[in-house]
Amino acid sequence: MEHFFVTLNGQPRRVGAGQHNTTLLHWIRGFSSGTKEGCAEGDCGACTVAVLEDGHYKAINSCIALLPSLAGLEVWTAEGIAAQGLHPAQTALAAAGGSQCGYCTPGFVMSLFCEYHQPTGDETCFSGNLCRCTGYRPIRDALQSLEPADPTNTFELRKQSAPQKTMLEYSGFSRPTSLVAALQEKAARPKAQFIAGGTDLTLQITTVFKSLPDLISLEAVPELREIAETDEFFEIGAAVPLSNLEQEFRHKIPLFKELFPWFASRQIRHKATLGGNLGTASPIGDAPVVLLALDASLCLSSLDGEREIALKDYFLGYRKTALESNELIRCIRIPKAQRIQKMYKVAKRGYDDISSVMGAFAFQLERGKITSVRLAYGGVAAIPVRAYQTENALLGQPFTRASINAAQEILAQEFQPISDFRASAQYRQKIIINLLEKFFIESVSSRAEVHA
Amino acid sequence: MNSRPHESAVAHVTGAAKYTLDFLEPQGMLVAYPVQAPYAHARVKKLNFSAALEIDGVVHVLTEADIRGETHIGAIVHDEALFPKLIEHYGQAVCWVLAESESAARAGANAIQVEYDVLEPILGIAAAEKAEAFLTDEFCMTRGDAKTNLETSQYRLAGEVFVGAQDHFYLETQVSLALLDENQQVIIHCSTQHPTEVQTLVAKVLDLPRAQVTVQCLRMGGGFGGKETQAAMYACIAALGVQMTGKAVRVRLNRHQDMQLTGKRHPMLARFDVGYNQAGKLEALQLQILSDGGCALDLSEAILLRAMFHADNCYNIPNIVVTGRVVKTNTVSHTAFRGFGGPQGMVFIEDILARVALNLGKPAHEVRALNFYPLENAITHYAQPIPDVRIHRIWQELLETSQFEHRLHDIETLNSSHPFLHRGIAITPVKFGISFTTTFLNQAGALVNIYADGSVQLNHGGTEMGQGLHSKMQSIAAQTLGISHDRVRIMPTSTDKVPNTSATAASSGADLNGAAVRNACQALKERLAEVAARVLGVPSEDIRFVNNQAFALQKPSEGISWEKLISKAYLERVSLSSTGFFRTPDIHFDKVLGRGEPFRYFAWGACVSEVELDTLTGMWHLNRVDILHDCGQSLNPLLDKGQIEGGFVQGMGWLTMEEMVWDDTGRLRTFAPSTYKIPTLHDVPHDFRVTLLENASHEAAVLGSKAVGEPPFMLAIAVREALRHAISSLGNGTVDVALLAPSTPEVLLEAIENMKMHSSEIGIVKE
Repeated sequence: MEHFFVTLNGQPRRVGAGQHNTTLLHWIRGFSSGTKEGCAEGDCGACTVAVLEDGHYKAINSCIALLPSLAGLEVWTAEGIAAQGLHPAQTALAAAGGSQCGYCTPGFVMSLFCEYHQPTGDETCFSGNLCRCTGYRPIRDALQSLEPADPTNTFELRKQSAPQKTMLEYSGFSRPTSLVAALQEKAARPKAQFIAGGTDLTLQITTVFKSLPDLISLEAVPELREIAETDEFFEIGAAVPLSNLEQEFRHKIPLFKELFPWFASRQIRHKATLGGNLGTASPIGDAPVVLLALDASLCLSSLDGEREIALKDYFLGYRKTALESNELIRCIRIPKAQRIQKMYKVAKRGYDDISSVMGAFAFQLERGKITSVRLAYGGVAAIPVRAYQTENALLGQPFTRASINAAQEILAQEFQPISDFRASAQYRQKIIINLLEKFFIESVSSRAEVHA
Repeated sequence: MNSRPHESAVAHVTGAAKYTLDFLEPQGMLVAYPVQAPYAHARVKKLNFSAALEIDGVVHVLTEADIRGETHIGAIVHDEALFPKLIEHYGQAVCWVLAESESAARAGANAIQVEYDVLEPILGIAAAEKAEAFLTDEFCMTRGDAKTNLETSQYRLAGEVFVGAQDHFYLETQVSLALLDENQQVIIHCSTQHPTEVQTLVAKVLDLPRAQVTVQCLRMGGGFGGKETQAAMYACIAALGVQMTGKAVRVRLNRHQDMQLTGKRHPMLARFDVGYNQAGKLEALQLQILSDGGCALDLSEAILLRAMFHADNCYNIPNIVVTGRVVKTNTVSHTAFRGFGGPQGMVFIEDILARVALNLGKPAHEVRALNFYPLENAITHYAQPIPDVRIHRIWQELLETSQFEHRLHDIETLNSSHPFLHRGIAITPVKFGISFTTTFLNQAGALVNIYADGSVQLNHGGTEMGQGLHSKMQSIAAQTLGISHDRVRIMPTSTDKVPNTSATAASSGADLNGAAVRNACQALKERLAEVAARVLGVPSEDIRFVNNQAFALQKPSEGISWEKLISKAYLERVSLSSTGFFRTPDIHFDKVLGRGEPFRYFAWGACVSEVELDTLTGMWHLNRVDILHDCGQSLNPLLDKGQIEGGFVQGMGWLTMEEMVWDDTGRLRTFAPSTYKIPTLHDVPHDFRVTLLENASHEAAVLGSKAVGEPPFMLAIAVREALRHAISSLGNGTVDVALLAPSTPEVLLEAIENMKMHSSEIGIVKE
């Protein structure tokens, strides 16, 4: 099959051969110019469009979405939603004075459009949109002025059409619909690369101008998109978009609730996956740090079967992991055992920034003594790591000021962070220690039985 | 006047608003792509592009050999080579590949081999000063005898303040599209704040009379000063491509190229020596400012002068010497950016006052107020009288409405109760001089055409970059002619409609162009009044224009409709087209003497900011902001509030999170939004109270209004000072807190640790 269809602003459009590396933005701008490129790397949001999938509108960065990944889906832009008169999101933004130069505006409009049809009740719909003119106050006013979605609104009704991702065999971009098929395709095309949300991989095309000649999309593999629960653990499919987890685990895993508002942006979280964050193995990824603190393990599948590996044994070196080339991360298992959990992300900016240092801590106390402890850090070494020496020093100790002070001395020696343009080594070193301090202070203040 | 939303608001939200990149591609259009040097300082030895020409789609490689006219451009001095033989900053464009597609052009650029003789770069102000690499002479503004008075002052404090660069990060990157018409006229659609300068430079490079070059700008996706001079280089490349090939040529920088190639806000270093008395009154100040101009002059001299003009901010310093000089370094040529040096000058004096207050153990807001210019006979250190000092009134009102003293007291009492969260609060003032400090730039033109059906086309010399200038011009025209807004259509800015314009810059867009528009409309009104007078049988001076009607003062009920009047005027063969012109009176400045009256008037404001600082990480949050700002009699409160809020947030970004990092080879490491962080919605407080000063009309500008583009940027200094206050409250408020700018969490944590260490040494730790 050398073609597929994408519905743009209500009109199905045929995409012919040779578009496997074409971005959605580039394709849209071939029809009309209302959607803008501000950065081509998913960090400014000017290119934001809405994708209707499974009955939900999701705001995504069209600059880093590959066109075949939209095969069979519906895409809406600021121009399209205005075809029959201004959408409430547009009316609100215009009336509030929410545009000045207007270049970021179509992107803000589409983020607001999605919030209108899929309310989250907070402001994180704008976490991936930059405006350089307004100072955001009128944009916030526009958000706050939105009425609940009118059930007779065309776009509400349209949710029922619910297009889904289905199998795609397209030269340079295939989308299998079973785990076995995905693994078989990889066996048949060993040089092919797996791609899920593509929020990292696609930058190879848009900022480094390389080509990705052969891609196997994991976005329609049901085994990778399941969320399951046993008595002992949660099992999260590696290709579940983070925004789904954000909803699903808001109350089940406290650390996830803390993590997601600060993890990239709403647009990125609609596409990005835990499998991708682990697969790309960046030393500054945020999810691995939280997952290390939660003592997660990974189920790695190949045609020969499946093995489980503890996350702490998964990272081998800078961007090197225990994942074999014929394997896929099928799911992430997170033990359910309740503990004191806390994470801290330190960066120059709140929304959509990469951590200078990230720390996630999990403690178990019995009668005031530390019976289990995991201190996980990102941005302090070539891989996301745990502070084993410090953990050992704390194990069995009372949860007191003295124990923490002693642990901090060890912690000060445990890592040799580097200096880069995000932070200096000295700053990172201070943060490593101070985060434990912060954790202790916050835990003490919330636990009456613990005394300093 | 009115609070109509931006005239393009609906076009913005529907994506219908067009920008230069959105125009339909002319048939056969070529794309130009740069070859960028991988060194900050090097000589180009050899350029081999034979391999590039073999790539499918590559048409030509533009080099200096293609230039018929001048090989160098620049805003003041032509010191920027289009095709440099000497590379002076990392990533500088060596030559440009023309191709039928962007991918072919990029492939062509990658195939070009360049040999370099690598030279040692000069990086940073200190290194340039040591190497005596300067772009300007030293300037000086002085009053009284600072030297003697420093020695006799009761207290004295010396130190350094450094403020870093800032990228404009307009959402729309630099872009130009050049075409030829059948008469070989070059037409350039360009995202620029200065169409006339683009026209001038293109004409020089192409060796054409200016009349052969037309430059148009429909709108920009943000400018902020970054498209005042910086657009010209890429317009010249596009124009040169047209001249060479006869085909339309587009140059559009991607985000990485834009950040690597264009100039930033000037990093500046100040060395100060200040003398003051027990009360905190400044008696003498020596201030030396060194500005990093980068590799070429651009507007650096005027920017330095504006930093020096604003080193007094609102303060009367009886004995003062401000000196300044621009150093030359191997980095991009730094350029105009909202505030134009004013912000740096103001940060310096606010830093000094904050530290004087800390050293005396006095509340900073009291020390600031003590030093304000007097209400009467105020005169600046460059000898300009300040006839209408408004800071006292603004300060008092804002202290009250923000409940400043009460909150300050609360914060200082409660700060010790939290183990690591410390709040801080500060109030800072702004006085900003309005006018181009280069006197001849203070002129503007307009062209108003009324068509026989009564519809009006309005052309003026200003450009629309989001600030709402077109909306204001439309309002002024509509109000002057007494007709509704929908009858006035704003045209794209074009050099063939209004010639010899100045840049839309220096906050002057509405003042200058507004006066020119009003001038044109008044000329038309006089002609139309005579027509109406004949119809209504009254003298023409009795004719009034209101609500799409002309009527006689004596008989308001018997009007003649606008459409009828215009039709009548047309039949009577009355000219329905008029130009308008304005030049700002009574301004001058002698930069050799450092004296004069460079500003038509001053805009005033003040800001209270409250922050909450995590003293374990240096991260912080802005809790509340109160602003009272002087827009004169606002032309459009909605738009003016937008400028105030937007300027404030941009200033906050500059001072706190927007860190530009160059490595020791001179390579910019923060050239994308993934690494260069501008404020997001989360960084803006929910409690954000912005008020325009009431009863603020004045005589000096159009309809009693005041310029508003730049002054609010500096309100953000209150955030920096609130952070300083939060840190100082870790001690007993008598320990000096020095801060680098931007004050990133890392910078803040270092200051926090210093404060903790120092306070514990002298035994004043608060717990």
